[in-house]
Amino acid sequence: MSDHAVSRRAFLRAGGAVLTGTLASTSGVLALIAPSTSWALELEALDAHQGATVLQFTRHVFPHDRLDDAVYALVVKDLDAGAAEDPTTRRMLIDAVRRLDEASGGEWLSRSAAEQFVQVQAMEATPFFVKVHSTAVVSLYDNDMAFAHFGYPGRKGDPGYIHRGFNDLHWLPDPPDGASGPVPETA
Amino acid sequence: MDMYDNRTTFAADDDGVVVVIGSGAGGGTLANELAQKGVDVVLLEAGGLHTTDEFIADEWPSFSQLAWTDTRTTMGDWRVARDFPNLPAWICKAVGGTTVHWAGASLRIEPHEFRARSTYGDLAGATLRDWPLSADDLASYYDTAEKKLNVTRTNGLPGLPANNNFKVMHAGATRLGYETCHTGRMAINSVNKDGRNHCMQRGFCFQGCRYAAKWSTLYTEIPAALQTGRVELRTRVHVARIDHDDNDRVTGVVYFDADGRERRQAARVAAVAGNSIETPRLLLNSESSRFPNGLANGSDQVGRNYMRHTTGTVWGVFDKPVEMYKGTTMAGIVQDEARHDPKRGFVGGYEMETISLGLPFMAAFFNPGGWGRGFTEAMEQYRHMAGMWLVGEDMPQADNRVTLSSEARDAFGLPVANVHYTDHANDVAMREHAYTRGAAIYEAAGATRTYRTPPYPSTHNLGTCRMSERAADGVCNGHGQSHELANLFISDGSQFTTSAAENPTLTIVTLAIRQADYIAERMRARAI
Ligand SMILES: Cc1cc2nc3c(=O)[nH]c(=O)nc-3n(C[C@H](O)[C@H](O)[C@H](O)COP(=O)(O)OP(=O)(O)OC[C@H]3O[C@@H](n4cnc5c(N)ncnc54)[C@H](O)[C@@H]3O)c2cc1C
Ligand code: SF4
Repeated sequence: MSDHAVSRRAFLRAGGAVLTGTLASTSGVLALIAPSTSWALELEALDAHQGATVLQFTRHVFPHDRLDDAVYALVVKDLDAGAAEDPTTRRMLIDAVRRLDEASGGEWLSRSAAEQFVQVQAMEATPFFVKVHSTAVVSLYDNDMAFAHFGYPGRKGDPGYIHRGFNDLHWLPDPPDGASGPVPETA
Repeated sequence: MDMYDNRTTFAADDDGVVVVIGSGAGGGTLANELAQKGVDVVLLEAGGLHTTDEFIADEWPSFSQLAWTDTRTTMGDWRVARDFPNLPAWICKAVGGTTVHWAGASLRIEPHEFRARSTYGDLAGATLRDWPLSADDLASYYDTAEKKLNVTRTNGLPGLPANNNFKVMHAGATRLGYETCHTGRMAINSVNKDGRNHCMQRGFCFQGCRYAAKWSTLYTEIPAALQTGRVELRTRVHVARIDHDDNDRVTGVVYFDADGRERRQAARVAAVAGNSIETPRLLLNSESSRFPNGLANGSDQVGRNYMRHTTGTVWGVFDKPVEMYKGTTMAGIVQDEARHDPKRGFVGGYEMETISLGLPFMAAFFNPGGWGRGFTEAMEQYRHMAGMWLVGEDMPQADNRVTLSSEARDAFGLPVANVHYTDHANDVAMREHAYTRGAAIYEAAGATRTYRTPPYPSTHNLGTCRMSERAADGVCNGHGQSHELANLFISDGSQFTTSAAENPTLTIVTLAIRQADYIAERMRARAI
């Protein structure tokens, strides 16, 4: 999505907030597959503060220090879409953000990571936590940027690895012929 | 003409046909075997037709495409009831059934396992019985099944070549002194055969094999059955009830078609192969004044003795990359622990088989509900992990059972299945042993760390209409024929008297081939 398209759509949608960021590294794998180094997520149900808070909360639930915010934003995107569809979900997300801020006597986001984490832990049994967790465990790990980060080729494996290193591990002895089998000649 | 076109159709009131319910390992095989013998068959399948070119190399979308996601409910102590309360089992709803998703491991049940009660003795809380048949009764049918499935390391077929995941297993197992460790007996072509490609080491075996290298009734039995002109396949039809007359003979089945219309197909014989959750559900939903507790359920055994194998997964983390996702999902096996040796603290045995999950399923199944650094540190090691699945005999128990939900209804208003499961002490002891030995294998291969993953939603579902010598102990005889209705057959893993250690599908296919002989013979003799 180009910045231009995002800003135009944000403009057209009254009240729509936008969550933005810049890829932390312009040399990593993400930079290679991301369409642009800056990203923008148009929110439908949450405001920018709520979106940013949920993003940071997700970072505490699934902390991957070198995984870019752009990937966590996909979780926010799915939560926001759920909130746009279902008023109960929306209320739950908004209430949780408010409670986090209240408990922090200001913005939870401006607290140190350790202080933030205390609040996250305290919320472990809440429907909000469960919602973030169950959404993130799918959205965070089921996208091309995450695949690149964790080293999983996904669909690229579709044709098969028979000519692409299915047996390229050489730091252990190869099994003897009896335990293995021939690579088919027609391959 | 397309390979899936019906060359024949049967009238709704044609009471000369055998109606087979479910087109997976049991039903798909039975339909074809009957057709090859000249028997007319109507094959009813709740799922749709998805051919190899439609398969998706992406775990969640593929799951949505092929898996049974209609509601089921759960109860009992098993962790699945907490983590996946509406997904007790991983089963397909598609033409070909779960043979579309299966991995292909094809092992025979060992002779002593057919005599489970005699071999293991009387275990408190377990409803162990001997099967009403022996390994000898099945031997020639196993031969036929292995030929049908092109099982590697049988009939002169080579084993599959070792992939990275198996190399790690083999190195560790050998260092520990395990002796039976190889690339498995797999229903995956190791050479081009029967018009199907050899394995291309894709690693999406659980998402459907694009090359049709892995056996599935979808592209073997079902097209072959249609080719005979004796089988009509109806897809997206959900069987709701089986009817009978006053002489305890099945007369037909009632189903909902793709448009939700109620239909009836008359039948000379009905064979149920809906996998071990839907099969008992269908019988329970077919209750009548003559069978107030459910069809063929005079013994009160329909739905009981539900087994799912004692399973678990061990992951080993290594300094160097493994990339376990490259190549066959079940790429090899260690069989030394499959023996019965009560000195280990449990009866029965278990197999150790490699497994791999893609990143999305790894996140979902590694430690359901897990979060924080402990979880993410493991995920960061994904490329450096090797994986193995532990699969062993679980104890049948009367209260591990499939019942009808008192509340939940499906789209047709029918009560859904509730699955109740709690481990037996023997299962717990076996799983602990298996986790420990699995971790030892990876440590011997140099693992810096190992992890345990709890059982997935059940991929092996067994025992809910078990075979028994005495009618009071089960639902059907050694041919899968109901003790109470002579023309009603159980044709899937529900028949299993005990689970045995081995992956079940080769035996399901073997029983279906044998059952087809029996049904055809009984029909010729006009006994049914
Ligand atoms: C990921 C995975 C890996 C596996 N790997 C292995 C392996 O390596 N080795 C092994 O031996 N086994 C394996 N299995 C198990 C194997 O798939 C099953 O044992 C086998 O497919 C069961 O055969 P079945 O005929 O009982 O049922 P299925 O193959 O599940 O077929 C049942 C069919 O019946 C249909 N049906 C159900 N109810 C109705 C109804 N009311 N009306 C109409 N149709 C209905 C269903 O839609 C389904 O298509 C694996 C399973 C999974 C999920
Ligand atoms: S690894 Fe082999 S069997 Fe599995 S999907 Fe690929 S080609 Fe098919």
